[in-house]
Amino acid sequence: MTEPLTITGKRAPAVTPVLEVDNLSVTFGRGANEVKAVRGVSYHVNPGEFLGIVGESGSGKSVSSMAVMGLLPSSARIRGSVRFQGRSLLECSDAELSGIRGKDISMIFQDPLSALTPVYTVGHQIAEGLLLHDKKLSRQGAAARAVELLKLVGIPSPERRAEAFPHEFSGGMRQRAMIAIAIANDPQLIIADEPTTALDVTIQAQILEVMQEAKEITGAAVVLITHDLGVVAGNADRIAVMYAGRLVETGGVDEVFHAPAMPYTIGLLRSMPSMASSQSRLVPLEGRPPSLAALPPGCPFAPRCPLVIDACREAEPALSGTEEHPTHQAACIRSSEITSGKLTRSEVFPRPAPVLEGAPAGTDGREVLSLKGLVRHFPLLKGAVFKRQIGTVRAVDGVSFELGSGQTLGLVGESGCGKSTTIMEILELAKPQQGQIRVNGVDVADLSKRDRLKMRRDIQVVFQDPMASIDPRLPVHDVIAEPLTVHGVSKKDQQRKVAEMMELVGLDPEMASRYPHEFSGGQRQRIGIARALVTDPKILVLDEPVSALDVSIQAGVINLLKDLQLQLGLSYVFVAHDLAVVHHIADHVAVMYLGRIVEYGTSDDVFSRPRHPYTQALISAVPIPDPALERTRVRVLLDGDLPSPTDDIPGCNFRSRCPLYQLLPEEQRLRCRDEDPSLRTVDDTSVACHYAEHDALIDTVAKR
Amino acid sequence: MSMVEDAQVLPVTPKAQKRTNRPTSRGRLIFAKLARTPRFWVGTLTLLVIVLWALFGLAFYAYNATSQDVMSMNTAPTGNHWFGTDEIGGDIYAQTVVGLRKSLLIGFVVGPVSALLAGFIGALAGYLGGVWDRVIVWFIDLLLVLPALYILIMLYPLIKGGSWVIVMVYLAIFSWMILARVIRAQTSSLRDRDFVKAARFMGVKTSTIIRRHIIPNVSSLLIIDATLGVGAAILTETTLSYFGFGVQPPDVSLGTLLSSGTGAATTRPWLFIFPAAILVITVLATSLAGDALRDAVDPTSGANRD
Ligand SMILES: Nc1ncnc2c1ncn2[C@@H]1O[C@H](COP(=O)(O)OP(=O)(O)OP(=O)(O)O)[C@@H](O)[C@H]1O
Ligand code: SF4
Ligand code: SF4
Ligand SMILES: [Mg+2]
Repeated sequence: MTEPLTITGKRAPAVTPVLEVDNLSVTFGRGANEVKAVRGVSYHVNPGEFLGIVGESGSGKSVSSMAVMGLLPSSARIRGSVRFQGRSLLECSDAELSGIRGKDISMIFQDPLSALTPVYTVGHQIAEGLLLHDKKLSRQGAAARAVELLKLVGIPSPERRAEAFPHEFSGGMRQRAMIAIAIANDPQLIIADEPTTALDVTIQAQILEVMQEAKEITGAAVVLITHDLGVVAGNADRIAVMYAGRLVETGGVDEVFHAPAMPYTIGLLRSMPSMASSQSRLVPLEGRPPSLAALPPGCPFAPRCPLVIDACREAEPALSGTEEHPTHQAACIRSSEITSGKLTRSEVFPRPAPVLEGAPAGTDGREVLSLKGLVRHFPLLKGAVFKRQIGTVRAVDGVSFELGSGQTLGLVGESGCGKSTTIMEILELAKPQQGQIRVNGVDVADLSKRDRLKMRRDIQVVFQDPMASIDPRLPVHDVIAEPLTVHGVSKKDQQRKVAEMMELVGLDPEMASRYPHEFSGGQRQRIGIARALVTDPKILVLDEPVSALDVSIQAGVINLLKDLQLQLGLSYVFVAHDLAVVHHIADHVAVMYLGRIVEYGTSDDVFSRPRHPYTQALISAVPIPDPALERTRVRVLLDGDLPSPTDDIPGCNFRSRCPLYQLLPEEQRLRCRDEDPSLRTVDDTSVACHYAEHDALIDTVAKR
Repeated sequence: MSMVEDAQVLPVTPKAQKRTNRPTSRGRLIFAKLARTPRFWVGTLTLLVIVLWALFGLAFYAYNATSQDVMSMNTAPTGNHWFGTDEIGGDIYAQTVVGLRKSLLIGFVVGPVSALLAGFIGALAGYLGGVWDRVIVWFIDLLLVLPALYILIMLYPLIKGGSWVIVMVYLAIFSWMILARVIRAQTSSLRDRDFVKAARFMGVKTSTIIRRHIIPNVSSLLIIDATLGVGAAILTETTLSYFGFGVQPPDVSLGTLLSSGTGAATTRPWLFIFPAAILVITVLATSLAGDALRDAVDPTSGANRD
């Protein structure tokens, strides 16, 4: 690598930043519609450094990095300066920028499917990128290098995979392919915008490993943009926290995590559910980020800040460091009080007291829902006119569990393992293909049409994405009242009930005649919960109810769910892929893999002493928002992706990815290959693994 | 936005403490928003004036659509003949007023009816899926490939004596198919949206789901189509009249007036300009009102965003 030169041509001092962003601001629209998406952001990235940019949705993280890459639409007005190795990028022509993009700076997006061209093979697209920037390379040479790169990012049988089209790749593999493209030309800087947000924790852990590796191989600097503090804790060297288009805190990763100097960062850190504690309530960060269209003067965090004083509303505090930590900077007029220890973190954001103590009302642990050997297979059809069956998708393949009244069952597993199909089967309230579903002791297969309709009152659902699960064209009152319209409730009673429910979930009933788009994500999820509760159900099925929400808002919704359970004696089936959340809310946990439950037990047992190698891997893949812990932690990494549910795997279906299987001597492996493990009781949990007593992996997990 | 923040920190209380005033229904919300849109008022008031004019425009006028003033043939507009006369002394003003009645009826029945047909049939196919979907799509495609005009010509002996009402029915029947296919495609993607699934799990009836969720979510298209359809139907009727269907002399419509006046547009412009102007104003006013309506049913559109 040549020594970077400054514009004047002089040799640069020891470290010249690869990227220097100075007072960058981006504005969209004009006049009344003006949105100041980025308002004066300055940061730098040194060679080989890993910078994490963290912020809630809409804080301007993406826009600021798109501005760096010159990828914003021409309607955007950009001011400030962006220097890449001393060159000013904002003054570059389009042609010059294209030369730099993909060669010296490369970018990884959240959604790799839209970043890859569907009509070319993956190998072709990587080779294309190579040829574009290296005219001397031959086609064969490029193709060979593409295969090499795919191997480097951990794609199995890369020669064959290079011939595949993007849609034939799973989400994780596509992201690996994107990384391969990104590192193809030995870039100086890689910008990754939420590269793991669309992926499962297990795959996320793999991708983060690959990114670290890619960084080490190419020596590139990395800017990782994310909303998840856990993701950057173990990888980043420095952190920049963004809020309302500004940086509000920057510093070394340890400084920011261990001694945050700004209330917003403190709130973010404290609102995260942790794998360590499960009992106490979470710390919510109330409110939502301000609208960037009309920012009031003063600190943009003021409406949500528990430390706000009158002076905060006068002028926007600048980012500044202290004498002893000049690199740790915060934009808060009271940050000195925080860093000096006058205000502790728990004083800034105190943990709220539970609304009710003790056992839930009217719960006797009676069984309210039970599944026995539930099966749902989908035929896999081929042919346009004459369809013939070429296989079976075993989406749910013999699932059994019980749910007691007032209890919460957490259903966890990677996407595609059959969680959603399981709960959809429950909600249909129809006779399953095989097995039995009982609600309140009644087999749903025996229900008459009338009784089924009646039973729908008792079992309601909350969906993952509050944007998608609420009709955007229906006023909130009608949304919440909808379940009542089915049961012939009078208009007046509907209104009373809706008002009551809105109060219950913490919304102002005065807002009943507004449309859903006027509410924030967290509020919309509350609308979804209110709708589910309006018929006074006994059972609530929650399909990833918080995974579409920002962390700061997540905490409030989880607290609400816990409170409601205590007040109303509800039973929850809680589907999630975030184990920290499940750990926090569930009494029992069922871990699903390929349509089956592989481990089932009380939350405390499963999380403190996971028995199944899959559970162990899931737990160890959860990022912990603590850089010190995260760096020393030994991970149980899973290889590859979830196999296709159409495959007929003899023996244990986890074998292809099982880390324990790899450690077993050959004679013990035999059993995994030949015999399908069924659930058996080990201590107090049920596990479907022949070698659940084996401790080889658990030792490493226990260290986390 | 302070209201929003307050709401999130509201304490969780088991019972509703205060009675709230009644929430506004969707219909009323839409109307309230319409009432605040000047475009809507301009459009509807213009239409109202046009309708009133069509109804009472001849009340204090000396001539009617069939009268022939042999004293003044081919005259430009005068105090006597406001819009002038044609070559046989027919009064253009009277003919325009009478023709407008018919055209308004055709336009305002055919446009909305075909949009409604498209909406319900398309939504039904998209929502039900499976066999129903295939049958309905097959039927739509059949109607699309049938040479519509040819059929009409074949049926001519049967409908010869029939009035222009048949033309109206005909126009409505043959103009909804393309939109229906678009609506069907949109509906099948809406069907998998969580809010529709949620309604199904609540036990809401299929017809209610279509009425409450599907139609409003595709309504922008329907409204655009209905308003454009008004103008299109008025003009298509012209073509049909030309082939000898629909409005036949001595009956007049804007369409027949236009087609007979086109040839004289340069030499005797009054034969053409007045009917044409009325048509343009009608179509513009309709789309203005339609546009306002579309914004009103779409809660995320401009006016009430704050
Ligand atoms: N092309 C555009 N025109 C107008 N406004 C835009 C445009 N692109 C982004 N914005 C606005 O800029 C602000 C910041 O958006 P940005 O995408 O950077 O957020 P983010 O922090 O990346 O959020 P997320 O976590 O949801 O990805 C938002 O208010 C957004 O609405
Ligand atoms: S400046 Fe004031 S309002 Fe802003 S974060 Fe600091 S204490 Fe809170
Ligand atoms: S049975 Fe064998 S392959 Fe399956 S999980 Fe246990 S050790 Fe792994
Ligand atoms: Mg983004």
